[in-house]
Amino acid sequence: MRNMNKNWNIMTGNEAVALATKLAGVRFVSAYPITPQTAIVEKIAEMVANEKMDAKFIEVESEHSAMASVMGSELAGVRSFTASSSHGILYMHEMLNWVAGMRLPILMAVVNRSIGPPWNIWADHSDTMIQRDTGWMQLYGESNQEAMDTIILGYKLAEHKDILLPIMVMQDAFTLSHTSEPVEIRDEMVVREFLGDLNLPFKIDTNRPMGYGSLMPPDGPFMELKMDMKKSMYSAVDRFVEITKEFNDLFDANFPGPVEGFMMEDADYALITLGSISSTAKYVVRNLRNQGKKVGLLRILLYRPFPKDLVISYLRGLKGFGVVDRSSTYGPYGSLYMDVISSIYGKLEIPAANFVAGLGGRDVRVKDFEEMFTKIMEGEEGEIWINVGVK
Amino acid sequence: MVLVPTAYAPSSNNKTSSWRTTKPVIDYGKCTRCMICWKFCPDVAIGVTQGMNLEFPNERFAKMEAPYIDYDYCKGCGICANECPFDAIDMVQESEM
Amino acid sequence: MMNLVIYLFNFSIWDLGNKMYEIRFHGRGGQGAVTASKILATAAFKEGKWVTSFPFYGTERRGAPVAAFTRIDNNKVELRTQIYSPDTVILLDKSLMNIINVTDGLKENGLILINSRKNDVLNHPELKKFKVAVVDATSIAIRNRLGDPAHPIVNTAILGAYAKISGIVKLESIIEATKDLSPSKINENINAVKQAYDEVEVI
Repeated sequence: MRNMNKNWNIMTGNEAVALATKLAGVRFVSAYPITPQTAIVEKIAEMVANEKMDAKFIEVESEHSAMASVMGSELAGVRSFTASSSHGILYMHEMLNWVAGMRLPILMAVVNRSIGPPWNIWADHSDTMIQRDTGWMQLYGESNQEAMDTIILGYKLAEHKDILLPIMVMQDAFTLSHTSEPVEIRDEMVVREFLGDLNLPFKIDTNRPMGYGSLMPPDGPFMELKMDMKKSMYSAVDRFVEITKEFNDLFDANFPGPVEGFMMEDADYALITLGSISSTAKYVVRNLRNQGKKVGLLRILLYRPFPKDLVISYLRGLKGFGVVDRSSTYGPYGSLYMDVISSIYGKLEIPAANFVAGLGGRDVRVKDFEEMFTKIMEGEEGEIWINVGVK
Repeated sequence: MVLVPTAYAPSSNNKTSSWRTTKPVIDYGKCTRCMICWKFCPDVAIGVTQGMNLEFPNERFAKMEAPYIDYDYCKGCGICANECPFDAIDMVQESEM
Repeated sequence: MMNLVIYLFNFSIWDLGNKMYEIRFHGRGGQGAVTASKILATAAFKEGKWVTSFPFYGTERRGAPVAAFTRIDNNKVELRTQIYSPDTVILLDKSLMNIINVTDGLKENGLILINSRKNDVLNHPELKKFKVAVVDATSIAIRNRLGDPAHPIVNTAILGAYAKISGIVKLESIIEATKDLSPSKINENINAVKQAYDEVEVI
């Protein structure tokens, strides 16, 4: 039963994100519509037009321009927001690198959707997996509550003075973006206090004009800048643990942090997942536990920086595990699998399978997760595609 | 604190005249003050001046604003000389000065 | 005077216990199946339940078959798949029975609520295994000027019927949720809910 004393409402993932930008005191929004993210921007535009949200909203002619304009506003020291999906994010690719390299803590909400062709508007993580090496942090949620909370936590993390990197906050197309479910609305005043004002130390000052991102020769501090970005990004794992604790205390919430271990304490076998399919996976874990099988689930929320030490600590002692990739990438294995395996290299030796599931919005059903658990309990390894075969 | 790729390098500290091997010289006796050179200069190194005691080709140009070259920043590209419709700008070797 | 109808039937509300209740809506684009799933979820939410409601988004157009889903539970709903074995199917357009298998996966003795006149579905072979209820939501919608006569919007009426026969949500909650989610004609929608509540028949 929900705690009826709290401020709940029923809303879609898109509505939760739009409301969260208002709570977070976002002052500038620029975006270009694309399914299934459009409702986020529509809702923000409506709140701005009705003077319920004190922000400037501009509609631009492309996603490249959307990212360029939030880069400008953020450089001026204004908390900025944009949202996109799929091919829209691909079109931003160049600007994503600029924003990260200039250390601008912009937040972009992403509704994860596949990449064509063939044309497909449904959920998978290919659009953001392609962008995992742009210098943006990435946070994957599993519910509409997390769609709201990750916006608030995302700004707090990105704007930390020792991090100052942009962050993408993800939810799955339709499974969250168009699903209505209860969300506890965080108190606006408390959120503002939690976040404080954006204080960008290098913001534009007309009295002292500066060049941003100008030419840097090989002997200039080019490598040093890149090294500093990596160092800052990897310091964000511990910061995120601290910030999560502060958030949970303040809002009486139970946000998991960089990773969530579900029934992992005495597990022999586990699956590692990202995003909304984790919910169904938990349902399956619970059922298998009732049948006496010692299984668990490790959910990655913070995918960039990859929380390698936390992952190792959860996997230690397992007899086997599987990693579920919901994206089409063309390395030797799926991208999440490769991140996990390279993190544990030389530290743990556990058989591991790489499942590919749910591409282009294909439903990842209860029986699919049961099949995955059966396979890892049988010690299968390598890349295994789940629920494929043209009907 | 984080490292940020910003640079404070005002142009007053960075005079680009040293890049020049040839320099443009305006023959005010031919210059009709059409300001085409001012429009085309890619480095904003041509300014507008008035009241200097300059030559002029014809009495009716006497009181008009005239272009002048800011030799601190002119890089000697020669675009002004190329564009001038009256051949009033010559490119002169720096060594001859 | 429509608002003064007194309800003689007082159905008890089922205790869901630990059971999750799954409802699948079938309709055609424009009839309001997606909104119906959302109104039902909102009504149950108002009673303190945990709910999820989601459409199956295809390439929508007016007249195309659409499906929408609602899950209701006392505990947090973890499942995020489509609904494959619903407890209830709500059919906003009986002609869909000729196009798609609307009872696919419906539990034995599960409830199917159909927008139809009684005689049109009586003795339908496909429905023998199930508990069948009918309400003429199309006539109720037209009577209350919801949509236009060629494209009546039947979603609020069908929910009034559902409130009575399912015992899962109270009529008052459906009315409150209808108030929240109707973009216009709030009173007409509420009247449709109440009339369908009175007119629904189990066959």
